[in-house]
Amino acid sequence: MRFSGLKVLAQGLTGNKGWKPHWRDPAPKAEYDIIIIGGGGHGLSTAYYLAKEHGLTNIAVLEKGYIGGGNVGRNTTIVRANYALPGNSEFYSHSLKLWEGLEEDLNFNVMHSQRGIINLFHSDGQRDAFVRRGNAMVNQGDDAILLDRDGVRKMLPYISFDNPRFPVYGGLYHPRGGTARHDAVAWGYARGADQRGVDLIQNCEVTGIDIENGQVTGVQTSRGAIRAKKVGIVVAGRSSQVAAMAGMRLPIESHVLQAFVTEGLKPCIDHVVSFGMGHFYISQSDKGGLVFGGDLDFYASYAARGNLPMKEHVMEAGMALMPMIGKAKVLRSWGGIMDMSPDGSPIIDKTHIDGLYLNCGWCYGGFKAVPGSGHTFAHLMATGNMHENASGFRLDRFATGRGLMDEEGTGSQHNLH
Amino acid sequence: MRLPCPICGERDRREFYYQGAATLAHRPSPDAGGEAWNDYVHLRDNPAGETRDLWFHEAGCGAWLVVTRDTVTHEIKGAELLERANAD
Repeated sequence: MRFSGLKVLAQGLTGNKGWKPHWRDPAPKAEYDIIIIGGGGHGLSTAYYLAKEHGLTNIAVLEKGYIGGGNVGRNTTIVRANYALPGNSEFYSHSLKLWEGLEEDLNFNVMHSQRGIINLFHSDGQRDAFVRRGNAMVNQGDDAILLDRDGVRKMLPYISFDNPRFPVYGGLYHPRGGTARHDAVAWGYARGADQRGVDLIQNCEVTGIDIENGQVTGVQTSRGAIRAKKVGIVVAGRSSQVAAMAGMRLPIESHVLQAFVTEGLKPCIDHVVSFGMGHFYISQSDKGGLVFGGDLDFYASYAARGNLPMKEHVMEAGMALMPMIGKAKVLRSWGGIMDMSPDGSPIIDKTHIDGLYLNCGWCYGGFKAVPGSGHTFAHLMATGNMHENASGFRLDRFATGRGLMDEEGTGSQHNLH
Repeated sequence: MRLPCPICGERDRREFYYQGAATLAHRPSPDAGGEAWNDYVHLRDNPAGETRDLWFHEAGCGAWLVVTRDTVTHEIKGAELLERANAD
């Protein structure tokens, strides 16, 4: 079924009784060409692009919970391409271009809103770093505009400019950045993959990976054994556990990142805004809630919830930057499980086991990468070659030291990102 | 989250700096080779469940602790001084 304005109108007039489920609920078959472990954003988009770009449809996506129940439903929905390092820069540029055509491609409204992102800076040194970043973005073919203090004031009149400790010097404006409806991204890819024949199998936990003579032959699951010629691991925060089933130890540490949302308010924050001093960023959802977050709690965790010190820090930073939000009541907070890599950049690669592929290490930046990650991982799984826009995300860069992508410039070490 | 420092007693998480997995206390020798160093610097067991990790009581007594913790529930099961843990 295709969505159209006419169909929405007709359904609205007839009590919305004609909608059908948008994907099937199939039982697992005994064998597939390709199994994707993980039915989150990245796994679903991988399956979608395998079917769409490479004509491979004998595929199962195995999800231990339900579609959209993991990090794809737990993030702060920001979409951007403002990376500076070669390797990252072309990848996120590629992903943003896919975002820009996504709704038409999927025939699904993911509410992609290019409302612009403004990263504020508060010192001469930080301005220099942002000028450099902006130039890298422009060189990549993306958009970046340097705003001075008055330029920021025109766009964000409500922030505190004269904070004596952290005065606002200006901002780097990325007009094509913005937000999208996170659940809809999962649903849109799920529906698109299902329509092309991919089996989405929920409540199906992988409990083992079968390997014979160095070649993957299938997986063991809570719903029985399933054979496959190729298997892709796309499980974000659980990457270490699933890779351990294949005898691998990964350069990944799982951490908690918290996010917050307030009660619904009338439109007041028109962009995505980040504070350059103290970790805080914010946008307003289409429902009106202020969605904001900060940094990791900084200890290994699978709890999907955090502790009070980081909540306090985020609220303090928010109040320092825009005191007006102090009147809003916080409704909820939650946490996602972040697969932190040592250099802060992801891994999209083959493994030493034939037919077993790995996609992980997205740290706290996986949402914007959903289209690009699926597109380039599908390319790798289908052709055996790395996609030109994701050729830097090699697993062996940590062992060899070649090609580390330390975007933050803090060093390739676990507790620094 | 409160950590039971063997010297200071139970203290707020804010007083501590988190270093990472307790294996970080076992630094390979300089000539141990690339594999051992990659293992030490990058690779992690990253367990979902009981883990042992290193915390530095930065705003307290300055001791390094090995904390036994559950990463799924955040339950703190105990803490001992690193020098004591190494002696065992």
